[in-house]
Amino acid sequence: MRKKYLAGIAAVAAAALAMTGCTGGGTAPSASSGGDVTLEFAQWWEPELPAGSLRALMDQFESQNPGIKVKLISGPYASTKEQVIAGAAAGTMSDVVGLDGAWVNDFVKQGSLANLSDLMKSANFDESQLAAQVKLNGSTYMIPVANFVYPMFVNEDLLKTANVAKVPSNRTEFAAAAAAITKTGKASGWVLPLDTATPNGIQNDVMSWVWASGGSMLKDGQPNLAGNAEVKDVMTFIKGMYDAGSIAKGTFTMKEQDKVNEFTNGRVGMMIDSLAHVNLIREQNKDLKFSVAAIPAADGYSGKRGMPYASWGIGVAGNSKHPAEAFKLVSFLMGKDVNATLCNSAHAFPGNTQSVPDFVNADPIFKQAFEIYQAGTATNEFTGLPVAEDLMRSFDEQFQKYLAGKQSADEALTASQSAWESSFKG
Amino acid sequence: MTSASLPARVQQLGSPTRRPGSGKAKTTLVPYGYLTPTMVLLVVLMVIPIVMVISYSLMDNVIMKKNPQFVAFKHYSDILTSESFWTAVTNTLFFTGVSVIAHLVIGLAFAMMLNTGLLGNRTKAIFRTIYVLPWLFTVAIIAVLWRLLLEPNGVVNYLLMAGHLTGTQVEWLSQPETALFAVTFINIWSGYPFYMTSLLAGLQGIPADYYEAAQVDGASPWQRFTSITLPQLKPIIISMALLDFIWTTQQFALIWMTTGGGPLGTTEMLSTYTYKLAFSKYQFGTASAAAVIVLVISMILAFFYVRAQKARD
Repeated sequence: MRKKYLAGIAAVAAAALAMTGCTGGGTAPSASSGGDVTLEFAQWWEPELPAGSLRALMDQFESQNPGIKVKLISGPYASTKEQVIAGAAAGTMSDVVGLDGAWVNDFVKQGSLANLSDLMKSANFDESQLAAQVKLNGSTYMIPVANFVYPMFVNEDLLKTANVAKVPSNRTEFAAAAAAITKTGKASGWVLPLDTATPNGIQNDVMSWVWASGGSMLKDGQPNLAGNAEVKDVMTFIKGMYDAGSIAKGTFTMKEQDKVNEFTNGRVGMMIDSLAHVNLIREQNKDLKFSVAAIPAADGYSGKRGMPYASWGIGVAGNSKHPAEAFKLVSFLMGKDVNATLCNSAHAFPGNTQSVPDFVNADPIFKQAFEIYQAGTATNEFTGLPVAEDLMRSFDEQFQKYLAGKQSADEALTASQSAWESSFKG
Repeated sequence: MTSASLPARVQQLGSPTRRPGSGKAKTTLVPYGYLTPTMVLLVVLMVIPIVMVISYSLMDNVIMKKNPQFVAFKHYSDILTSESFWTAVTNTLFFTGVSVIAHLVIGLAFAMMLNTGLLGNRTKAIFRTIYVLPWLFTVAIIAVLWRLLLEPNGVVNYLLMAGHLTGTQVEWLSQPETALFAVTFINIWSGYPFYMTSLLAGLQGIPADYYEAAQVDGASPWQRFTSITLPQLKPIIISMALLDFIWTTQQFALIWMTTGGGPLGTTEMLSTYTYKLAFSKYQFGTASAAAVIVLVISMILAFFYVRAQKARD
C-alpha cells in the first residue's frame, strides 16, 4: 500500500512540476470574470518615484474608467529592459510598457509595439498637446511622458577657489575653468564616465557637446561620423582636457553613479548630469553649493543650444488584447494635470506642453534648469536609432583608443562610422 | 549488481511471484515513478533550455525576427573568425589560469597554516574566520568594495602614495596595462577560501602516522610535503581545480560590475562578449552560438572532472 501511495505522490508531483514548467512565465493580459479588463503596465518608474505615488495615479485611473484595472509590474531599469525584450519575443509583453527611446527602433523591427498614431486617431486624441513623439517610418511608437534633461552642474565653491569669475559658457572658458580647478590641487575640473558596460556617457557627456552647438552626428537619419568636423572638434576639445589632466582619473571604466559621487563629494568642479540627481546630491552633501547652467557651446556659436535628455517613454504592446483600453491609460498619463502630478513626483519636465509641475517654480535650481530647457532644444539623436546602446559602445571603444593615443580622431571616426553603418543595416 | 546482493526488501518488491501479470509491469514502473520528479526538473531546467540555445545558434537572429531562417553554422564561423572573440578567449584563459593557480597556492598555504600544530586552537580559529571572510561576500559587494578600494582616490592608492611606493594615483581598473591584473587579483581574493576549506578538510584526513614514519626515516619538511601531503591531496586538488576552471571561465558579474570588459577590451571575457551580443546588439543567434562554444568547453572540462571523480572513487 505504502509503495502505491509513494508512486502516486511521485506521479502527482511530476504532473505538478510539468504544469509549472509549461505555464511558468506567462504574463498574458487577462480579462477577469465579470467583463473587467486587467491591464499590465511594466515600467521602472515606480521604484524611482515616492512610495505609492504611481499606484495612487492608477487608482485614480481605475475610478475614472470602471471595468479597467491596472496591474503594475515594476523593476529596476535594466531588468525592465530585459523583461520587455523577453516578453516581446515570447508574445507575453505587458499591455502598456515603459520605454526608453533607445529601445524603440529594435522593438518596432521586432513588431512588438503597437502603432500609436492609429490608436491616437481611433481615440480622437489631440496630438498637439504632446511635447514630443518618437516616430519611425512616419508612425508614432513612443510618447515621452517625463523628460530628464542633462544640464551642466557647477560646484560654486571650487570655481571661486580657482578664481573663475563666471560660469563657463563656451568651450574655451570651460577648458580654462577645468584647468584652473585642477591646478588648485583640491579637485579635478571635469568628470567623464566612459564605462563600456553602460556606455551612456557617450550620449550624455560627449555628444551633448556636439548638440549644444547645433551639431549633429547624423545626416538624413544615417550615421555621419567620418569627416564630421563638429564631432571631431568635440573629440579634440575633450582630448585636450584629458591630456592636460583636467578630467578626473578613472574615466575609462567610470560609471554614471561614480560621476555623481565625485561631484557630490566635491572632487570635481563640473559635470553634465541629469536633473533627476539634484535631490540626491543635496541629501548626500548638504553643504555643497552648486548651480546648473547650459552646456557650453563652441566659441562664437549663438544659435539654440541642444540639451541631452532621457525620457520615461510609454508605448502599447503589439500583442495587447486590449489596445483601446491600453491607450486610455496612455492618454490618462499624458493628460495636463496627471502629467504635471507625475512629473512633479519625478522632478522631471512634462511630456504635455500645457503641464507645469509645481517644483519648477518652487526650487531655484529647477527654475533655472526649466529656463535653460525652454530657451534651448531637448536633443537626443540616439532616440529611435537601432541598437542605440551598441552604437554608443562602439563609439566609446574608438573614442577611448583616441584618448589613449592609440589612434587619431579621424581614424576613430572612420572606424565608428563603419561600425554604425553595419548596425544600421542590421 | 547481482540479485544476491540486493537487500531483501528490494528483492521482495521485484519478485514476479508476488503478483503475476499486471503486477510485474507495475513493479517495473515504480522506480520510474520515483525518478519522474527529477527527470522532469532536468528536462525543464536543463534539456529544454540547452536544446533551445543550440537551435537558436543555427537560426538567423531569433527573438528579434518573427520568422527566423535556418543559417546552419554561419554564426559559428562569424564568431570563430572575429578578432574580439579571440581577444575574449585569450583574456578568459589568462584570467582563469592565473586565478586557478593562485587559488590553489594560496588556499593550500593557508590550509596548511591552519592545520599546523605550531599554532594554538584559538589563534587558528581567529585566522580561519579572517581567511574565510572573502567567501562570505556576494559578487556585487566584492565588486563595489574593490571599486572603492582601487579607485584613483581610493585606499590602495592612498597607502601606496603614503608609503612612497608610487608618486601618482594609479588607475588600477581604468588603465589598459593594469585592468586585467586588477580584476584577476579581485577574483583570486574572492575565491581562495573555497580551496582553503576543502584542502583543510583533506589535510585533516591524512593520518599522522605517515608524517611520523617519514620523520623517523629522516625526511625533511619539504620531502614530507612533496611525498605525503601533495599525493594525498592530489584527488581533491584535481577535482577542485577543474571545478574552479569551469566556474571561472563563466565569471560574468564581477567583470561586468568592475570594468564591463574595458578599458579598450582588455578585460573582455567570453561571458561579457556573449552578454553584449545578446543584450546590446540583440544578436541572439550569434550570442547563442558563443554560448554553445562556452558550453562545449565546459563539457570537456566536466568530462575530465567526472573522470577524476571516478578515479578517486
